[in-house]
Amino acid sequence: MDSVANIILYFVVALCIVIFSVLTVTSRRILRAATYLLFVLIGVSVFYFQLGYQFLGAVQIAVYAGGIMVLFVFAILLTHRPDQKTGLLEQHRRTVGISLSVLSCVLLLLALFFMPLIGGESLSASIAAGNDITMHDIGKAFTGTDRFQYLLPFEAVSILLLSCIIGGVVVARKR
Amino acid sequence: MDLEMLWYLVPSVIMFCAGVFGFITRKNTIALLLSLELMLNAADLNFVVFNRYLFPGSMEGMVFTLFAIAIAAAETAIAIAIIINIYRAVGNSDITSAQKMKF
Amino acid sequence: MDITLPILILAIPFAMFLILGIGGVKMPRKLAGSIGILANGALLACCYTVAFTYFFSGDPLFIIDGVRQQYQVFDVTWLAFTDRLVVNIGFLLDPICAMMLVVISTISFMVHLYSWGYMEHEPGFQRYYAFLALFTFSMLGLVVATNIFQMYIFWELVGVSSFLLIGFFYKLPSAVSASKKAFIVTRFADLFMLIGILVLSYYVAQTPADGPLGGASAFNFLMLNSHPTNVLASTLGATFMGGSVLTWAMILIFVGGMGKSAMLPLHIWLPDAMEGPTPVSALIHAATMVVAGVYLVARFFPMYCIVPDSLTFITVVGAITAFYAAVVACAQIDIKRVLAFSTISQIAFMMVSLGCAYDQPIEGVHYSGLGYMAGMFHLFTHAMFKALLFLGAGALIHAVHSNDYTKMGGLRKYMPITHWTFLIGCLAIAGIPPFSGFFSKDEMLTAMYNRDIIWGVWMTIVAGLTAFYMFRIYYLIFWWEENPEYKHDGHKPHDAPWQMSLPLIILAAVSCVAGFIPFGEFVTFNGEPYHIHLEGWVAGTSITVAVLAIALATVMYAKKNPLPSKMRQAMPGLWMAAHKRFYWDEIYMFVTHKIIFGGICRAIAWFDRHIIDGTMDALAAVTNFCSVKIKSFQSGNVQAYVAWYLLGALLLGAITWICLL
Repeated sequence: MDSVANIILYFVVALCIVIFSVLTVTSRRILRAATYLLFVLIGVSVFYFQLGYQFLGAVQIAVYAGGIMVLFVFAILLTHRPDQKTGLLEQHRRTVGISLSVLSCVLLLLALFFMPLIGGESLSASIAAGNDITMHDIGKAFTGTDRFQYLLPFEAVSILLLSCIIGGVVVARKR
Repeated sequence: MDLEMLWYLVPSVIMFCAGVFGFITRKNTIALLLSLELMLNAADLNFVVFNRYLFPGSMEGMVFTLFAIAIAAAETAIAIAIIINIYRAVGNSDITSAQKMKF
Repeated sequence: MDITLPILILAIPFAMFLILGIGGVKMPRKLAGSIGILANGALLACCYTVAFTYFFSGDPLFIIDGVRQQYQVFDVTWLAFTDRLVVNIGFLLDPICAMMLVVISTISFMVHLYSWGYMEHEPGFQRYYAFLALFTFSMLGLVVATNIFQMYIFWELVGVSSFLLIGFFYKLPSAVSASKKAFIVTRFADLFMLIGILVLSYYVAQTPADGPLGGASAFNFLMLNSHPTNVLASTLGATFMGGSVLTWAMILIFVGGMGKSAMLPLHIWLPDAMEGPTPVSALIHAATMVVAGVYLVARFFPMYCIVPDSLTFITVVGAITAFYAAVVACAQIDIKRVLAFSTISQIAFMMVSLGCAYDQPIEGVHYSGLGYMAGMFHLFTHAMFKALLFLGAGALIHAVHSNDYTKMGGLRKYMPITHWTFLIGCLAIAGIPPFSGFFSKDEMLTAMYNRDIIWGVWMTIVAGLTAFYMFRIYYLIFWWEENPEYKHDGHKPHDAPWQMSLPLIILAAVSCVAGFIPFGEFVTFNGEPYHIHLEGWVAGTSITVAVLAIALATVMYAKKNPLPSKMRQAMPGLWMAAHKRFYWDEIYMFVTHKIIFGGICRAIAWFDRHIIDGTMDALAAVTNFCSVKIKSFQSGNVQAYVAWYLLGALLLGAITWICLL
C-alpha cells in the first residue's frame, strides 16, 4: 500500500506529462514548445525519483534540463525571432500524422490493457526490500569488466562524446 | 491502492505518441528534435519502470537509461550543429529545405 | 641423343616470334630482318645437323640392321586430364620427319632471305618476319609431333599463322576476306579432324602398362602405328553405317588434311590465299603447310593400311582433285592462281600416290610401298621447285607490278635470271629429265600403274596437263608478245636484287640435282631401304606425254597467234567454266548465303530477336516499370520514412498480437 501523498504526486505528474507533451508538439511557438518539453523532462525525473532511482533523476535534470535544454534554447534563439511562429506542413501530411499517432496510441494502450503483464510486486515493497540502488553500486557497475559491469560501453560513450564535441565544432564552424 | 506498473506506462505511451505526431507533422527541424526527445524519454521511462517492477534485484534498465541520456546529449549536440548549418545555408531551419537525400 | 638441338629447333623460331612480335615495332627494319635471317640460318644449321645425324650417323637408336627406326627424342606429359586422356609434348624423329625438317628449314630460309628484298618497302616488315617465325615454329612443331593432340595443336597454329600471313595486307579488303576464307574453310575441315580424333580416343584402349610401349599415351604415333591389335580391337569391332569406326575416324582425320591440303570440295581457300605476299605463298601455300595433309596421311600410313577403304577414299579424292585443278589451271589469267591450282594438282598427285601404296605385299606387284616413298619424294622435290616457281612469280610481280600475264610477255630479255630459273622450275614440274620432278613423278606413276592401270592412265593425263599449263604460262610470261609499255624507260622491268635472285638460283640448282638423291634409301614406309630404279615404259610414256604437251603449248603460245582465242571461241562454255573454277565458289556462296544464311539462320535469328531477346526485354521492362513506381519511396522526406516505418511496425505488432490471441 503506497502512501496517499505518493499517489497524489503520481497523478499530478502524470497529468503534467500528458498535457505538456501534447502542448510540446502542438505549440507553434518553438521557444514555448521547448519550455513545455522542459516541464515534461522534469516530470519524468520526478517519476524516476518516485521509482527510487535518485541518481537517474538527478542525471535527468542535470543533463536534460540543464544541458540539452540550454542547447535547444541557444539554437532556437540563434535561428528564430522571439515571436516567430513555425510554419505548417500541408494538410494531408498533418492528417496522416494525426491518424498514425492516434492509431498507434490506441493500439499501444489496447495492448497495455489487454495483454497479460507479468505481475510485479508493489513499488513500496520493492523499494523497502533493500533493493535500493546506491551510488556505490553504480560506481562499481561503471568501472568493472565483469558480468553486469559496463566499463567498455562507458569508455565508448566517453569517446562518443569527445567525437561529438569535435564533430559539433567542425560542422558548425564558419567556413 | 498501489502504484502499479501500468500507471507509469500509460503516460509513457502518450508521450511517445505525441512525439510521433510531432515528428511527422512539424516543419521546423528543432521542433522535430523536441519530438525526438519526447519519444526517447518515453522509452527511457519504460526501461526504468520495467527494471523496477519486473527485475527489482538488478539495475540494467537504469544503466541503459543512463547511456541513452548520454547518447541523446551527443545526438542533440550534433543535430543542432547541423541545423545551424542548414540555417546558414538556406536562411531557415525547415525540414522542407533539406530534402536532397533522395533518388 | 642430345636433346639440345631438337629443343633449339623449336625454341629458335618461337623466340624469334616473341622478339620480333613484341620488340619489332621499336626495331629498325634492317635489324629486324637480319635477326630473322640469322636466326633462321641457325635454325637451318640445327635442322640439317639433326637430319644428317639421323640419316647418316648409323647410331643404333636410328638404324638397326639397315632398318630406320622411329625414335622419340623426348616425350613429356603436358596435360594429364584423366588416366586415359593424357596429352604429351615431344619430339619424334623418323625418316619423314627428318625429311620435313630439311624441307621446312630450307624453304623457310630461302623465303626469309627473299623477303628481305621483296618486302623491303612494305609497312609492317617486322610484323611480317614475326609471323614467318611463328609459322616456321608451328610447322616444325607439327612435323615433330609425337601424338595426335600435339599434331592437332600445331595444326591449328599453322592455320592461324597462315591466316595472319594471308591477311598481311590488312588494308586490302580482298586480302582480309581471303584470310577469313582460308581460316574458316580449314577450321571447318579441322572440325572433322577433331571429331575423328575424339572418335578414335573413345574407342582406343589404353596401352597395357607392361607392354613394349609401357602405357604410352593412346595417341602416340609409335603406339598407333605399331598395329597394336589389342588396342585397336574395339575400333575395328564397332561399326557405323557399314564401316568400322576406325575407317570413319581415319576418314574424318583425313578430312582435316583435305582442308589444309586443299583437296576438292575444300580447295576454295587456296587460290584466294594468293592475296598474301608472294614469298608467303611460296613458303606456306606451296611448299610446307599445304603438304601437311600429305604428311598427315604419311604419318598415319600404317593406320590407314589397317582400313584399306580409307586409302581408296584418299585415292579417289586425290585423283578427282588433281584432274580438276589441272584443268582449271589451264584457264587462269593470274599467274599466282595458275601456280596455286598447280599446287593443288600436285598435292593431289601425292595423295593418289599415298593412296596407291600398301604396307603388305600385293600379288603381282614388285614393291607395294612404292607409292609411299614416291609421294614423299615428290613432296620433297615439289617443295623445292614450287617454291622456286612462286619466288620467280614474285620476282615477276615485283618487276611488273601486276599478277596478270596479260601485263607481261616477252620478259626473257629483261629478266634473264628469273627466266632461266623459272624455266628450270617448269621443266621440273613437267617431268622432263634430268630435273627433279621427273624422278619423283615417275616413281609415283609407277606406283599407280602397279596398283591399278586406271589410276596410272588418269594421272598420266594429269601430268600431261601439268606440262601444258606450266608451259602455257611460261610462254605467256616470257615469250608471246612484248608488252609495249616496256619500251618506255620508266617501265623497263629488270631482274630482282640479289637477296631475291640468290634463293632463285639456289632452288633452281636444287631442282636440277634433287632427282638424283637416292630417296628410297632414306624414306620408306617401314624404314627398310629401297633401291629406286626407273620403269622404262612408264618413264617413256610420261616423257612422251610431257614433250607432246610442251610442244602443244609451244605451238599455241610461243608467238602471238590467234590460235588460243580461236580455241576459246570454239568452246566458250568449257573455257568460262574452267576460268570460273567450275563455279565452286558460286556453289559455296549459294549454299552459305541462300540456304544457310537465308533459310536456316534467318529463322534462328528471328527466334533470337523475338523470343530470346523479347523475354529479356520483357524482364527489363517489368523491372523498370516497378522501379519507376516504387522509386518515390526514396523521397528524401524523413517524415515520410518515419510514417512508413511506424505503419510497418504497427502492422507487425498487430499481426503478432493476432497470432498470440
